[in-house]
Amino acid sequence: MAGGRVLGVDVGGTFTDLVEVDAGSGAIRIAKTPTTPENQAFGVLAAVDAAEVELGRVDLIVHGTTTTTNAVLERKLARTGLITTRGFRDVLELGRRTRPQAYGMKGEFRPVIPRDLRIEVPERMDAKGRVLTPLNEAATRAAILELLDKGCEALVIHFLHAYANPVHEYRAAEIAGVLWPNRFITMGHSLLSETREFERGVTAAVNASVQPLLERYVARLRSELEGRGYSGELLVMNGNGGMVSSRHVAHEAAKTVMSGPASGVMAAAYTGRRVGEGNLLTYDMGGTSTDVALIRDGAAPVSNEIEIEYAMPIHVPMVDVRTVGAGGGSIARVNAAGLLEVGPESAGAEPGPICYGRGGTRPTISDANLLLGRLDPAKLAVRGGVTRDAVAEIFARELGRPLGTNAEGAAEAVIRLANAKMAGAIRMVSLSLGADPRDFALFAFGGAGPLHAAALASELGVPRVLIPARPGLTNALGCVVADLRHDYVRTLNRPLDTLDMGELHEVFAEQAASGEAALNRERIEVTGVTHSFSVDMQFMGQSHVVRVPLDAPDPSRETLRTRFERVYWDRFRVELAQIPARVVNANCSVIGASASVDLGGLIDPVGRMARAAPASVRAVIFDGEAHDTPVYWRDHLPEDVRLDGPGIIEQFDSTILIPPGDRVEGIADGNLVIHVGSAA
Amino acid sequence: MTVDPITLSVIQAGLQQVCDEMDLTFSRAAFSPVIAEANDRSDGIYSAEDGSLIAQGQGGLPVFVGTMQYSTRTLIEMIRDGRAAAPKPGDTYIVNDPYLGGTHLMDVRFARPFYRDGAIFCWLSNTGHWPDTGGAVPGGFSASATSVEQEGLRLPPVRLFKEGVLDSEIYAIICSNIRIADQRIGDVKAQAAALTVGEERLTALLDRYGDDVVRASIDALRGRAAAQMRTLIDEIADGTYESTAWIDSDGVVNEPLAIRLTVEKTPGALSFDFSRSSPPCMGPMNSVLATTHSSVYLAMRHIFPEVPISAGAFEPLSIVGCEGTFLDARYPRPVSGCAAEVSQRIAEAVFAALVEALPDRVTAAPAGTSGNFALGGHDPETGRNYVMYQLSGGGYGGNADHDGLANGCSTIGISKAPPVEIMEQNFPVLYHRYALREGSGGRGRHRGGLGLDYEVELLRGTARASFVMDHGRFGPQGALGGEDGAKNEVEVWRNGAKYAPEHLSKEQDIPLRAGDRVRVRTPGGGGYGSASERESDLTDEDRRLGRA
Repeated sequence: MAGGRVLGVDVGGTFTDLVEVDAGSGAIRIAKTPTTPENQAFGVLAAVDAAEVELGRVDLIVHGTTTTTNAVLERKLARTGLITTRGFRDVLELGRRTRPQAYGMKGEFRPVIPRDLRIEVPERMDAKGRVLTPLNEAATRAAILELLDKGCEALVIHFLHAYANPVHEYRAAEIAGVLWPNRFITMGHSLLSETREFERGVTAAVNASVQPLLERYVARLRSELEGRGYSGELLVMNGNGGMVSSRHVAHEAAKTVMSGPASGVMAAAYTGRRVGEGNLLTYDMGGTSTDVALIRDGAAPVSNEIEIEYAMPIHVPMVDVRTVGAGGGSIARVNAAGLLEVGPESAGAEPGPICYGRGGTRPTISDANLLLGRLDPAKLAVRGGVTRDAVAEIFARELGRPLGTNAEGAAEAVIRLANAKMAGAIRMVSLSLGADPRDFALFAFGGAGPLHAAALASELGVPRVLIPARPGLTNALGCVVADLRHDYVRTLNRPLDTLDMGELHEVFAEQAASGEAALNRERIEVTGVTHSFSVDMQFMGQSHVVRVPLDAPDPSRETLRTRFERVYWDRFRVELAQIPARVVNANCSVIGASASVDLGGLIDPVGRMARAAPASVRAVIFDGEAHDTPVYWRDHLPEDVRLDGPGIIEQFDSTILIPPGDRVEGIADGNLVIHVGSAA
Repeated sequence: MTVDPITLSVIQAGLQQVCDEMDLTFSRAAFSPVIAEANDRSDGIYSAEDGSLIAQGQGGLPVFVGTMQYSTRTLIEMIRDGRAAAPKPGDTYIVNDPYLGGTHLMDVRFARPFYRDGAIFCWLSNTGHWPDTGGAVPGGFSASATSVEQEGLRLPPVRLFKEGVLDSEIYAIICSNIRIADQRIGDVKAQAAALTVGEERLTALLDRYGDDVVRASIDALRGRAAAQMRTLIDEIADGTYESTAWIDSDGVVNEPLAIRLTVEKTPGALSFDFSRSSPPCMGPMNSVLATTHSSVYLAMRHIFPEVPISAGAFEPLSIVGCEGTFLDARYPRPVSGCAAEVSQRIAEAVFAALVEALPDRVTAAPAGTSGNFALGGHDPETGRNYVMYQLSGGGYGGNADHDGLANGCSTIGISKAPPVEIMEQNFPVLYHRYALREGSGGRGRHRGGLGLDYEVELLRGTARASFVMDHGRFGPQGALGGEDGAKNEVEVWRNGAKYAPEHLSKEQDIPLRAGDRVRVRTPGGGGYGSASERESDLTDEDRRLGRA
């Protein structure tokens, strides 16, 4: 890969983003085109055209897709059948005895596999993996034939306690392998061999039911690309922030869910590492929601316990990205108490904010930014004929009148409250991960992130905001800088005092070997292979675990105990020396590092000018007062620019707001840093 | 001082954030799964004058809506009368007495005065469900206690922390009276740490906006929350609404207990009159007044989730006529069933009374029981004693929008049930079935959700089975012409012979041997609207999927 051209293309909900890096010359091409939901491949090709990329000269394409995420959320899934332990076919529908929200007794849940496609067979293991009832092979065969007869395309085999002994799942899959017309067979224990039949079963069911869709999509995309002269490898992003070959990706299709947000976080970590910012709170504000993640020491956190919507856990390792609510389309209203509320209702992408000119009539955060001059009102003319006055009139009527202020006052109130709530939500994410946000820099991206970041940082007590060169293309950049990565988890569930340390060391060795074998299967050169080992531990009597990183795959019992106590103290500030500990899981990640990519060309140095000169000046309201605010075009700023707020920096993929009192500084790779409260 | 509505909105969010961070700290640091994972805890801010609720964390268990304002108010009164020690900065009181504004004994409250310039500005308080507080049975849910002394250790408000330091003498008394005492320090530290975080965050809020502005905002927010609740309840036509909800028995005397509710709607006000309800009972299905009030608030918040939890929101709601009924039990009546079961039946009475007036918002009755099955025994393989709890869900009520949810959590809870695999890892049991209970949803235009059907076998040794459930005598009520959901059913198979508890849903210490089995079928939800109006494709789907 070194010296070659790498193309990253990420399909998001609204836009498809592309970044191509030529490692030889440092030249970079970019594009942003509308996503084509029916077949995402069209949008990808449109982006390729827009960036004027010659596919015949590209060496590697890395692709992030929402194909699987959308299929799950919209339940547009392949017809999938389940074979499971007698007495337990409803586990996937019963869930864990919950409801969608704490208050309100309404709620609906649609299981991934409907009840008539869930068939029980006689078989049973106990919790130690001992066979209580042997697998009834005749019943298994009959069940497979019945599911085929009912038109199933994919199959899940999910038995109780298969994490302890998978022999029945293997045998049933073997029987199915003969009868099933394709490879879309998922065993419950195969993606993540952990206790908890609902979570494991849903993960397997999601995997099976998106496999055919992902396989078809990737094949179509590959042939479209090849039709345009591309002959290299196509890699697909996984939710763990690593990439895998498109030839293998459908096998563990569930791992591609949530790969877009993961890829943004990987880009943030990479960008931060290059400029010496290892501790980042990533803040990605888009049209409908805001995603947050916490990067420590340059590494993105991975969790096995992501729930992508109500009662839809997907327990494979994924970058721990939390959605915290408000996006640019969040709706503001005055409630019956006469108080302002922002969200949770959203105008979404359709009709979107009023200023989009697509029929939106309710005030949103984006509209408020427009009224305050933070977004350029001059651009409205091209959008469906909505005027600034029309937006102002709605704000004055719906919000200003009941709050006793004018349209601009209402708009400022909307931003103030939205920022306060977003800051609160970010604090909650950070505290729940055992971190104080003040120890981090805020990494702002997404179309709207840089517009709110400085105010949020001030609210959070965060001293610095890092704004990458291309905030609106961060996910695509994540594709370019991603590594190959394979994660393994094995449930041990033993008291620390009686754990066979030799067995633990063996598990780590097996995991490392599996990872290396998986890397060797890829046709991609890596610059180095690293392993990271950890255990999940808890005090006996607890049900939650903490992850304990290890330096080496052969820790002593004493090391586990002291490391665990230290991690527990760091996280919870509680010391419980008298209570015995348990080792729940052994984890290993095997990472094949990609060649380092130079980001200096993300903003073309040729376009930069010697001195910062505003392209225009417009009135922007801060704290009730209009300030004449210079507006700069980012691509024209000198690389080492220094400016005091107020200021606005525009670029084709985002808008950056520098409030009065803050100072912005250009640093390496075209990044900007806002120093909160330190204007000269 | 008047505060503009924009500042009010921001300060309201700020107060909410203080409470949410307390909730988070408590759960993250707690030792017990019941707090750390099941979130059986709550945190809030209470007024210095009368303990009324200023703000409460959104992550708290629903049953705690408004409860701590009663315990805080009682504490303030006791300090004024000299019945409790006077506070100093850094003190933290502990109290779990049900009759002093509490729930059941397992809900242990901490309360800490918050000082500004030498005077108490407000109180911070939290509640955590301790896994055990002593008494006749592990865990505290005795189905047959006849006095509170049998239910566990009862603590009046005493200062467990004095000027920031844990009083090891009081703590030693507590530890000598509860089971698994060695783990409790993990929860005590977490509960105190949550209050400390509350202090820090509230101090930051006051420093930023000024004490006078925040004080004035608290007053104004109270008035506005009341106005908001008045506007919402004015969706209900003026008039009188009645309902009755039944509890199977008190666990001791096998007769049903009636909650008879008359709701009187006048402009901007709702009155809930419980005076025709049953008198106090022998067994533990009594409620204390604080819990009765909270249950009404909880039901109203299920109906109007948009109102923030605060004393102002409760102002337009008056609750009367509880004196002399089992909904206002006095010492020494046993009360362990109040938070888990009676509260849900009170909520059902509120739903049943208001569903005709608010047909789009209110559902038919949900299963409304925590479905508590406890198995205590000795495992010869590990040589250890154990207590296993299987909490289970049931069907939710049909409603204007759709059929009820299957296997939903109790009305008063939000916590998940443990997986079968975890149960079998930890206890000598084998589940033969964990399934949807077919045909259990009450028929209707939108049918009730399905209950749960499970069967579990004791594999080794001997054990005793106890049940605290409900809806065994009458199923959850249908609404607007819908039929009732299926009743709760408990079967115990001993030596191959079937035994059904005399009280249907409640019994304590049924002896079991290896090979014996317990089968529980939990209630389905009530149906909504007449079954004859059900769309035919929904009926067909139910038939195809074996749900009918």
